Amino acid sequence: MNAYPTNAMAEPVLLAARPTDWTVLKPLLFQSIGQTLEMVLITLVIGGFLGLVLGVVLYGTRPGNLFENAVVYRILDFIVNIIRPIPFIIFLAAMQPVTIAVVGTSIGTVAAIFPMVVMCTVATSRLVEQNLVPVDHGMIEAARAMGASKLTIIRTVLIPEALAPLILAYAFLFIGVLDMSAMAGYIGGGGLGNFAIAYGYQKFDQTVTWTAVIIMIVLVQVVQGIANAIAKRILKRQQ
Amino acid sequence: MSQPIITFDHVVKEFRDRGAKRAFRAVDDVSLTINRGDVFGVIGYSGAGKSTLVRLINELERPTSGTVTVLGSNVTALGESQLRPIRQKIGMIFQQFNLFSTKTVAQNVAYPLQLDHWRKDYQDRRVAELLEFVGLADQTGKYPSQLSGGQKQRVGIARALATNPEILLADEATSALDPDTTSEVLALLKRVNEEFGITIVVITHQMNVVQRIANRVAVMSAGRVVESGDVYDVFAAPREAVTKRFIATAVDGVPEPERVAQLHRDWPGRIVTVLIRQKDVAAGEHGDAVAASGQNISQLIARHGVASSLLYGGIDTVGGSAIGAITYEFSGDEARLRPFLDELGRDSDLIDFGTAACPVDYDAALAAAGPRAAGADRHGERDENEKGEPR
Repeated sequence: MNAYPTNAMAEPVLLAARPTDWTVLKPLLFQSIGQTLEMVLITLVIGGFLGLVLGVVLYGTRPGNLFENAVVYRILDFIVNIIRPIPFIIFLAAMQPVTIAVVGTSIGTVAAIFPMVVMCTVATSRLVEQNLVPVDHGMIEAARAMGASKLTIIRTVLIPEALAPLILAYAFLFIGVLDMSAMAGYIGGGGLGNFAIAYGYQKFDQTVTWTAVIIMIVLVQVVQGIANAIAKRILKRQQ
Repeated sequence: MSQPIITFDHVVKEFRDRGAKRAFRAVDDVSLTINRGDVFGVIGYSGAGKSTLVRLINELERPTSGTVTVLGSNVTALGESQLRPIRQKIGMIFQQFNLFSTKTVAQNVAYPLQLDHWRKDYQDRRVAELLEFVGLADQTGKYPSQLSGGQKQRVGIARALATNPEILLADEATSALDPDTTSEVLALLKRVNEEFGITIVVITHQMNVVQRIANRVAVMSAGRVVESGDVYDVFAAPREAVTKRFIATAVDGVPEPERVAQLHRDWPGRIVTVLIRQKDVAAGEHGDAVAASGQNISQLIARHGVASSLLYGGIDTVGGSAIGAITYEFSGDEARLRPFLDELGRDSDLIDFGTAACPVDYDAALAAAGPRAAGADRHGERDENEKGEPR
């Protein structure tokens, strides 16, 4: 029999006494890990790329930069500033009509990914912009003097020069997106966040909650560790 | 004969800061011609507009008005993509070197070749050749951070020469280097000019850089070219106060007021500074011809039998000819001294500081020395000529 009724609010006191049943939970856990990775990776690939483009545009249109354009910069800067501080759980709810219009539904993994991509794009753009700003203008000027086009300069000078901080920024984003995915799980996206809440927190099963937490910690540690190692190697040449 | 390679025609560049009511004129109505094969020095204090001027050549800055002609093209009329082939004919090196920090020495030098879509094996050959030329053949795999300042600038020069440019722009290229390294880099630039016939435009605030490698020079002040010409002429007969100040930093000579006062304390006789100019200075757009000076001092001293002591001075060669000033104490009775000084004054420029008992005021002494004297300030006399017309 299923010891975990779908109605999570049902008689919690009685349920708490039951031991953790891993034979049922294990497949659910693996499914959750899969859902989390799916949400996080899809969001990071799409949102990370769109954010890179938006970040380069933000950087480039800044006063004194390659594509200097005060109007475009102010509009984009304003939009980014509006969206970024909204707590994701509220953004998720606020975006629901847009999500339904775009995805067709507001429930499930795909529906969760859409608002995550939007938020990730916005967050990435700001991080990319901030990490491009310190790149020495002299190198850009040198490339221009050699006849490099603006897009070539972005591709071959600007991004390579900012690569180490950009990699660290993306590791930071991974953690942010993982955080978002936990909240998105709540609206039916599934994943580790949902797993921890539904089968751990709401069932008073600390073991399940902490299992999910530890898996997330390990994920973060692995990604951060890899990013640190790569960034360190690049920085070592630069300094 | 001399063929113009870069021509400025009444060029103005203004910068408008946000919120500022009036635009700032960085380059103010400059007309200037640089000939093929020149090493052309542009000297001025920081903020004089010389860095902006040099950026108008490869159009890193666009002029507000006027035209710049480079290699026969009116570059002011060209769009960013049309400028590309011209820019590949103009190398540029920088004060802060501006090497790509994530690329190796070889990758830095290869970068302009990649932009020009060279075949990989041609690139490799060219990079090796260039690094050999600048003496860094053994540093190919290093990153810029592993190099010394002088090495970085040599990589910068190799990179600037990669696409066989006809012009090299050097923007304060030695200002971040120590004196020894400066000498190395200047020697290398001289070789670039002599071996490849590349025209070099050197922007600097160091007069000795101009003195050592330039054959022609323009002096900038507040966005204007206040004086230009052959290096010897400008050094030997500076007309503008700013030029005189620069020359004083490169060639020792005329003693400053404190030193004159000290000399008067130590020496009772007549303190006289004789300007040394080995050659006549031709008349140019900035002034009339100036005769050579100080070429017969020893003879005259011997002939008139005056007692003399050498107190102070400095002579340097500029463009192969000697320039400087020597300060003497002449003593003896007035009957001997008078005709001696008269004759010396006819054939040389003198600054007469008087005797310890009867000193001449410093500024008055310089003023009395006349328009030919290096220390005299003729500022304000020639507003008409300050436009800097090309010769």
